Amino acid sequence: MEWVGEYAGMKVAVCVKQIPDPATPGRLDPTTNTLVRDGKLILDDSDAYGVEMGLQLVDAAGGGEVVLVSMAPHRETGGLRTALAMGADRAVLVSDDALAGSDALGTAKVLAAAIRPLGADLVLAATESTDGYTGTTPVQLAELLGLPSVTFAKRVELEGGGLRVRRQTEAGYDEVTCPLPALVTVTAGVVEPRYPSFKGIMGAKNKPVDVHTVADLGLDPAAAGWSGARQVIVDVAPSEQRRAGEVVEDQGDAHQAIIRFLEQIKVL
Amino acid sequence: MAVGRIWVVTESSGGVASPAGLELLAAARRLAPVVEAVHWGGDAAEVAAVLGGHGATRILTVGDLEGALPAVPVAAALAARIEASGPPDAVFLTASYDQRDLAGRLSARLDRPVLTNAVGVTEGADGLLAEHAAFGGSTVVRARITAPPPHLFVFRPRTFAAEAAGGPPADVEVLAVPDTGAAGAATIVHRHVAERAGPALDEASVVVAGGRGLGDPSRFGLIEQLARRLGGAPAGTRAVVDAGWVPYSYQVGQTGTTVKPTVYLACGISGATQHLVGMKGARHIVAINKDRDAPIFGVADLGVVGDVTKVLPRLLEALDARDDRGGTQ
Ligand SMILES: Cc1cc2nc3c(=O)[nH]c(=O)nc-3n(C[C@H](O)[C@H](O)[C@H](O)COP(=O)(O)OP(=O)(O)OC[C@H]3O[C@@H](n4cnc5c(N)ncnc54)[C@H](O)[C@@H]3O)c2cc1C
Repeated sequence: MEWVGEYAGMKVAVCVKQIPDPATPGRLDPTTNTLVRDGKLILDDSDAYGVEMGLQLVDAAGGGEVVLVSMAPHRETGGLRTALAMGADRAVLVSDDALAGSDALGTAKVLAAAIRPLGADLVLAATESTDGYTGTTPVQLAELLGLPSVTFAKRVELEGGGLRVRRQTEAGYDEVTCPLPALVTVTAGVVEPRYPSFKGIMGAKNKPVDVHTVADLGLDPAAAGWSGARQVIVDVAPSEQRRAGEVVEDQGDAHQAIIRFLEQIKVL
Repeated sequence: MAVGRIWVVTESSGGVASPAGLELLAAARRLAPVVEAVHWGGDAAEVAAVLGGHGATRILTVGDLEGALPAVPVAAALAARIEASGPPDAVFLTASYDQRDLAGRLSARLDRPVLTNAVGVTEGADGLLAEHAAFGGSTVVRARITAPPPHLFVFRPRTFAAEAAGGPPADVEVLAVPDTGAAGAATIVHRHVAERAGPALDEASVVVAGGRGLGDPSRFGLIEQLARRLGGAPAGTRAVVDAGWVPYSYQVGQTGTTVKPTVYLACGISGATQHLVGMKGARHIVAINKDRDAPIFGVADLGVVGDVTKVLPRLLEALDARDDRGGTQ
């Protein structure tokens, strides 16, 4: 394994989002028309794959560091502690009231400011968050950091001093090579996230979480938050609902009703 | 604030334009007098007729990318074109793998916000309004960008119907790609095209989808058989994808593919809101579920309350018998 030396001391930054439990549906704030995100925050399931991937790559590299980077209101660390318990070394959290209402680009600017000083070899993120699912933040982040990016990774390997990534496509997948430093987004199922051990959970309590404000990061407050988003919700209305049609009870003959229906609509 | 010019990002392969770009051309044409297509790859001249026929007056092509992932060079070339000749009012993109990347790259490079997951667009007094489905499609949220142009919109595929306009072949303008440095270094070294017997899921006119109600991964064979028999594509819910019964490419819904077939057959699927957003646009919906109160029946034109493991084999058998009789009953 000649590459071990090449990658030793590899630093991986993993973007993680702390979100309200998706099992409890969100609602729109009637005055601001934005998704209300109160209650306790948990680690977005989609991000567990990035954390696991970071841990495995640092292992394969023969050592290094996994640093979590998150932006969340009220200095929330609930989700970060889960990822630290999985084995991440430390976390950087950006928390500032001025960030409320940030859009994807605003979020990317904040994450870029937090990641730049880390000198990461690799930035990992999920393809999209479970609650917002805009799906552009990681690539916006890569552009701001001047990094190449490979999105929708189904497999990530260290090869030739850089990465070899299997990237999901509409037709199948592409094998993509990419030098480091780089940003990669991983799909769910790319690796099997480990469950935090008891020791991990206890250890996570003492792992460092650096909290930054917008001013700390030298960011212009106007670049993020409501004003930075430069988009407004104009109105919210119920959508046209489909109406339920005929419902038949199967008495051993329902397949005939299906065939008749398919004939009617000329599928048969 | 009238919309004057829209760029529509199109994809093509071997001289065949993908349907998603043609769909967006149809939408753009209704909103702006000048519609231009953005393109990459070596086949601009070959797709000039079809893109022109669908309303593009010009193709802005970045040409053959020689294996580079497209987002970085295409965004750089478009940014340079905007710098030189001014921005269009809007750029329309499709939520494909490459175009989501392109939207992110363009947005950060131009410092413009991007509205993604749009399922419609209309013209308001202050510019274009993008429609977004919220809460499982029960709510439509309309949003507008207040930043200067270009306004970036990413639409879910199948949002609009493609429609030929009968225009002449589009002019081809070749855009130069500025040096992209390290950011442009990701290179495709091998393309793997998965074998697929039937139509692509998002283009199929019949979709047969299975859910957890099938009870067992081996019964997914019933879904595959019925899809094959009807010339359609098989699909699944996230529940069966997460359980490893079928690959992610089968998933229909919020975090999967959006489909708009002529008919969608939902077999053993509860009808969770995240699933419904991906298939509610089907012209017809047939559902089989043993629970009379399953939400899927709320959107079905024909609902069968029954055991999917019994109804499907009988349906397949009856279709075979029907074939033997030579068609209609
Ligand atoms: C953020 C987020 C994103 C999501 N994205 C998606 C997405 O993109 N796509 C998606 O599909 N889901 C998505 N989900 C998951 C979604 O909420 C549901 O959990 C999922 O769709 C349920 O799949 P199902 O209908 O197969 O299973 P279930 O909900 O378990 O339903 C099974 C159904 O089968 C019926 N049944 C059982 N046995 C039989 C039988 N013998 N015969 C007939 N019927 C039977 C039951 O009555 C039941 O209605 C998402 C969830 C979240 C939180």
